[in-house]
Amino acid sequence: MVGHSPPPFFKRGPAPLAKLVFFVLVSLGLLVSDLNLRYLDAFRQGLSVLAYPMQMAAATPADFVRNASDYFASLVRLQIENKELKRQQLQGAERLLRLDQIEQENRHLRELLEVRERQKVNSVVAEIMYTAKDPFSRKVILDKGTQAGIEAGQAVVDNVGVVGQITRVFPMQSELTLLTDKDQAIPVMVVRNGLRAVLFGAGNGLMELRYLAANADVQPGDKVVTSGLDGVFQQGLPVATVARVERDQAQAFARIPCLPAAGVEQFSHVLVLGQRANVLPRPPEVEVINKGKGRKSRARE
Amino acid sequence: MQPTNRSSRILLPVKMWFVYTTLFFALFLNYIPTGHLPAVPDFVALVLAFWCVREPLKIGIGAGFVFGLLTDIGVGAALGQHAFAYVLLAYASNELARRVLWFTPVEQALHVLPLLFLTQVVMVVVRLLAGAEFPGWWMFFGSFVGALLWIPLHYVLLLPQYQPVERDENRPI
Repeated sequence: MVGHSPPPFFKRGPAPLAKLVFFVLVSLGLLVSDLNLRYLDAFRQGLSVLAYPMQMAAATPADFVRNASDYFASLVRLQIENKELKRQQLQGAERLLRLDQIEQENRHLRELLEVRERQKVNSVVAEIMYTAKDPFSRKVILDKGTQAGIEAGQAVVDNVGVVGQITRVFPMQSELTLLTDKDQAIPVMVVRNGLRAVLFGAGNGLMELRYLAANADVQPGDKVVTSGLDGVFQQGLPVATVARVERDQAQAFARIPCLPAAGVEQFSHVLVLGQRANVLPRPPEVEVINKGKGRKSRARE
Repeated sequence: MQPTNRSSRILLPVKMWFVYTTLFFALFLNYIPTGHLPAVPDFVALVLAFWCVREPLKIGIGAGFVFGLLTDIGVGAALGQHAFAYVLLAYASNELARRVLWFTPVEQALHVLPLLFLTQVVMVVVRLLAGAEFPGWWMFFGSFVGALLWIPLHYVLLLPQYQPVERDENRPI
């Protein structure tokens, strides 16, 4: 009969246990180099080219469902949305008119003061295609990639505030890590008093101001904006609002959960901000030369 | 009395292209962006376990590794996370193959449930060690749904092997 060959009794390749050990070691190696050392981004990009057509095909039904629900959106909802947008635009128009004049004035003043100009950034509007399936992280996939000029590390905002940061870029799409992801951190400033801190994702849709002393001057309701010290995010973008402050005498730091300002987990269109062109140079390194009694001297510049 | 291997009536030999097609189709199902919807089973793990149990001489750890990597890429997981879990799953199902095939599909599903569950546990442990947040207990529903799917899968994936070899128009059955 066709295809009835006897099973390979004698030649079966390496023993199953040897194979198991080999593949377990390889995958553990991959895990360590991907999670800790981030060596494998080129490898991932290569493989993603293979997976891309299938991903696109698989995303189509989700796309269809989303578009269909948009299509059948009720008239009332659209009217309400339209009214709201008109109101927002009117509000914005008045401010925009003043902004032009104020920007002129600001540039002039900055020239007078010989202060570095605040750079403008060019940005790309992108649409969120779907939430990445990995349940351990909070990432979404955008429909623009390197072909639209997006690079890893760019900041992403919506109409209210910062949403997150681009972490991986593929030719036609990019991966946006939300601020609420546990691995995401952003340098911020409390608007009320200019207190600088770092905001971390807490995972459960919240964020947390960490490493602030237990007696730090933070109150519930304080607005938190980007400080711009990282050279990635523009200064002054709204990030979060302090939800509550838990001061525990036993702990060195206060526990300060914050609510994201932007609709970090519910939105459809976002703005990918361009890289900041002229980041402030790092301060010159101080080299310590121990000459006899440990005299310090500035060597480089 | 001779013991009867109920679940293995005499079948046609499996065609390897069919095995790989079903695996790729499962990969496709895994790529569907269901977000963080609970109770979505891991289709690749299920189909891989099925073929590792049915054909332990032909499908095994190597396929588990390759399809694990492809799943990692597609769902944006850490590279090697699914590969590691699938390698263990493939090994365990290959080893269990001789035992599992003696049972009816429902009993087989009960054997597969702990395998699928442990696959998820391995992934959770790996990611938690790497510092990710715990996604919640709902994600383990996936393996229960997967084990339930084993029963229909058992018929669907064996369908091509039920065909008679020589088509005889005059044969009564």
